[in-house]
Amino acid sequence: MKIAFKINGKSITKEVRPSLLLIDLIRDVLKLKGTKPGCLEGECGACTVIIDGYAINSCLYLAINVNGKEITTIEGLSGTKSPLHKTQEKMIEHGGVQCGFCTSGMIMTTKAFSDKCIAEGITPTRDEVKKSLEGNLCRCTGYVKIIDAAEAVYEN
Amino acid sequence: MMKKELKVIGKSTKKLDGKARVSGQAVYGHDIELPNMLHGSILRTKYPCAEIISIDTSKAEVFEGVECVITANDIDVNNISYKRDHPILKKGTVNCNRDEIAAVAARNKEIADKAIQLIEVKYKVKDGIYDPFEALKDDAPRVNEFGKGAEKFGNKNIAESFHYEHGDLEGQKAKSKVIIKKSYELPRVTHACMATSNITADFNQLDGRLTLWSSTQVPFLYQRDIAHALKMAPSLIRVIQPIIGGGFGSKLDMHPFEPICALLSIKSGKPVQILFSREEEFILSPTRQPMVIELTTGADENGKFTFREVEIIKDNGAYTSWGATTPFVMMQTYSSLYQVPACKFDSHAIYTNNPFAGSFRGYGNPQATFSIETNIDLMAEELGMDKGEIRLINANYKGEITGQGLIYKTCGAIPALETVIRKSGFDQIVNEPKTGRYLRGIGLGSMLHVGGGAKIYRSDGCGTILKLDDYGYLTIVTGSNEIGQGSETVLAMIAIEELGIPMDKIKVINTDTDVKPWDVGVHASRTSFVAGNSLLGAIKLLKEKLNSKASELLDIETENWDYMDGKMYFGEFEINLDKVAREIHFGPPHELCTVSYFYEPPSSFQDKEYKGDVSGNYAFASQAIEVEVDTVTGNINVLSVHVSQDVGRVLNPIGLQGQMEGGVATGAGYALTEEMIYEKGMLKNPSFHGYKLLTTTDMPPVHFYPIETYDEAGPYGSKGAGEAPLIPTAAAIANAVSNALGVRFYSLPITAEKVLKALSEKKNELKLERVYFKMSVET
Repeated sequence: MKIAFKINGKSITKEVRPSLLLIDLIRDVLKLKGTKPGCLEGECGACTVIIDGYAINSCLYLAINVNGKEITTIEGLSGTKSPLHKTQEKMIEHGGVQCGFCTSGMIMTTKAFSDKCIAEGITPTRDEVKKSLEGNLCRCTGYVKIIDAAEAVYEN
Repeated sequence: MMKKELKVIGKSTKKLDGKARVSGQAVYGHDIELPNMLHGSILRTKYPCAEIISIDTSKAEVFEGVECVITANDIDVNNISYKRDHPILKKGTVNCNRDEIAAVAARNKEIADKAIQLIEVKYKVKDGIYDPFEALKDDAPRVNEFGKGAEKFGNKNIAESFHYEHGDLEGQKAKSKVIIKKSYELPRVTHACMATSNITADFNQLDGRLTLWSSTQVPFLYQRDIAHALKMAPSLIRVIQPIIGGGFGSKLDMHPFEPICALLSIKSGKPVQILFSREEEFILSPTRQPMVIELTTGADENGKFTFREVEIIKDNGAYTSWGATTPFVMMQTYSSLYQVPACKFDSHAIYTNNPFAGSFRGYGNPQATFSIETNIDLMAEELGMDKGEIRLINANYKGEITGQGLIYKTCGAIPALETVIRKSGFDQIVNEPKTGRYLRGIGLGSMLHVGGGAKIYRSDGCGTILKLDDYGYLTIVTGSNEIGQGSETVLAMIAIEELGIPMDKIKVINTDTDVKPWDVGVHASRTSFVAGNSLLGAIKLLKEKLNSKASELLDIETENWDYMDGKMYFGEFEINLDKVAREIHFGPPHELCTVSYFYEPPSSFQDKEYKGDVSGNYAFASQAIEVEVDTVTGNINVLSVHVSQDVGRVLNPIGLQGQMEGGVATGAGYALTEEMIYEKGMLKNPSFHGYKLLTTTDMPPVHFYPIETYDEAGPYGSKGAGEAPLIPTAAAIANAVSNALGVRFYSLPITAEKVLKALSEKKNELKLERVYFKMSVET
């Protein structure tokens, strides 16, 4: 099937099998390796990307469903010219990264949630920030510093 | 040791490669793609215990896209594992649900997975033996044909045994006012690294060299192990570590899939990659040792500990990994965590048809600590003593040489205990009345762990090569590995501190055995300690070169140069560091600013009785944990965790705090939610849905109070810190739950189901007591 979509600001048209998962389109076809395969069953959140403003597990999403949509992956947050996005800066500053395998997913979830909160003029409570990250597993950090980083995104 | 004022050490420093890890640029094993690369898949046994009657690979071999198929009959290899009791591919018999029977390399993963299904294996299924106590019986079948239990330990199914003792056990028993004997059962849990296991192998048939992109934690031991397995010269094997997505001890052993991948590459002549699915990861990666601990402990009328007697039966599984040596650590905890005049320790690892256990952060210590700290609470209750007090009067102190011969040149055990007792409000919470639906409780747990490496292997050392280039940039080539714990950041901090070179001019190279000097690997909380000392040794050599050249250039006589902001200073004299490096290179003596150094810790090997000062220093810690138990649902909510740890000296506060929080999270999972459920050798919950890791909403705040004892063996006085925060967490949580409910738990995890069952039994007991009371009043 032919699909047309935007990824990290760039328009792309691709011929794909109907069974192709979005994570495989991103990693194997488009070679964007920053999106991580943690479980391929929607439990760990490592493969989180943003589609039209919503954080989704790319392992549970068929590639054909991105037709006409806009995807942002971790690579879309910083580039050769632009510096790191605030969510990324805060993650480093607060020590939220150890092995880093969950980090892309944590950042994409935080980005989607904070974009929504900021658009609505809301500063979420710490519990709300925690809740937003509940679908992302991490085995290294114990989450505290990741939550700290996600909260710090709202600082001016 | 006096506290020296430092500029960078002790100040929170961002992770050296943080930008690569937050931007998706870091290359993990899953991200590697080589030209012409094939994908491998492994056929595993359908049954945990069976005879293999036949293996027919003919259909797989002709399947479109398959490049090669291997079985045990196609390969000439040695057994692997710590006891060399593990065939890489199995023939004859299979002994556990992980057993590898055949492997395929194909054009892509999908084809490889399909081809595996086309291999026909005929089995004669056997009953198998899944309980280590059953395996010890005379009429039990022999599980592992390579096991040497009959000759060495008097039972065919014993894989490994340890016996340790010190002091006059019977004399101390006689002195005891209280003796507590309890049996503890510890579950099988897994590392659940966020990145699944992976390997990429590339064998070059022209020069006979093998390159492995591997997530091993111990690249030089791994190189040797792969070489032994494949009957190759170790130096022909190059191990490159991509970014590693979690280790926690799981990558201490070399596992069959790694030489299998190499064999597929050797046979196909192309690079081959094997990536585990999450289900495979649950089934196939090693686990923490499940075990039954029978612990008897005593104390005199003043609460002073008298003796400990320990009998441990560990489920070794079908093969023997490094994990069988966890008693090295466990016996230290029994003999030396507190002052104990007499201790007797026996541990046996028993072959069963369960999956084999490996090493896991804490290395036997969480299990030992859970049993000890529960027994201490029970003794305190029996003696009517305060639970903090009984620990304090028995805690170890600076200057002690323990019964096992550990020498505590520094010891923060008492300050750590006092700190968590005070900061957590322990005295108040422990004694408050427990009423209502939600019951609050608090518990204590303390721990001892090696802090300066562990001299188990022939060398516990680490090498460093330094290169200061013509432009003043420093490359640190270290033998040690970064697995996310932040050791390379600490190394860069040390270089900044000593040489005044800014962070952006420092590179750390640590991923390639063809380049880096030898190191024994990431384990035993040793990396900052051993690699830090090695780096300091190398810096001293580099400074000797720079000092003498700078003095010569400025025509002054001194060796006391200060290094700051890329310059060298002596009084009113100053010179740029890069200029000195260039003068050494381009002027006489025409040398490069390159030095190398190897550091071997001052620890000693234990003797045959396991006595000796095995580590450069020792870490001590206590945790006080507050919980709230819902008596209706049985749910346990961890409210707060207070951690105090003797870290010698804080090197990177933000990194250290991260180790504390991460360790506590895994420890809390061990206490409350994590358990691999096996039925007759088969795993019933191989997914994150069935195996519960804590999530953001479960995680309590972690209050951390470092104790700085400035131990002279460690870099700037520091001690190893990585494993410690996990070790006493389950013990403290179990004691807290018991404080809340007035019921004891002797097995982990303490699930809601267990809580409700215990509460209902308690209720029934109370009812019975009332009946008896009524009867006795009436009669």
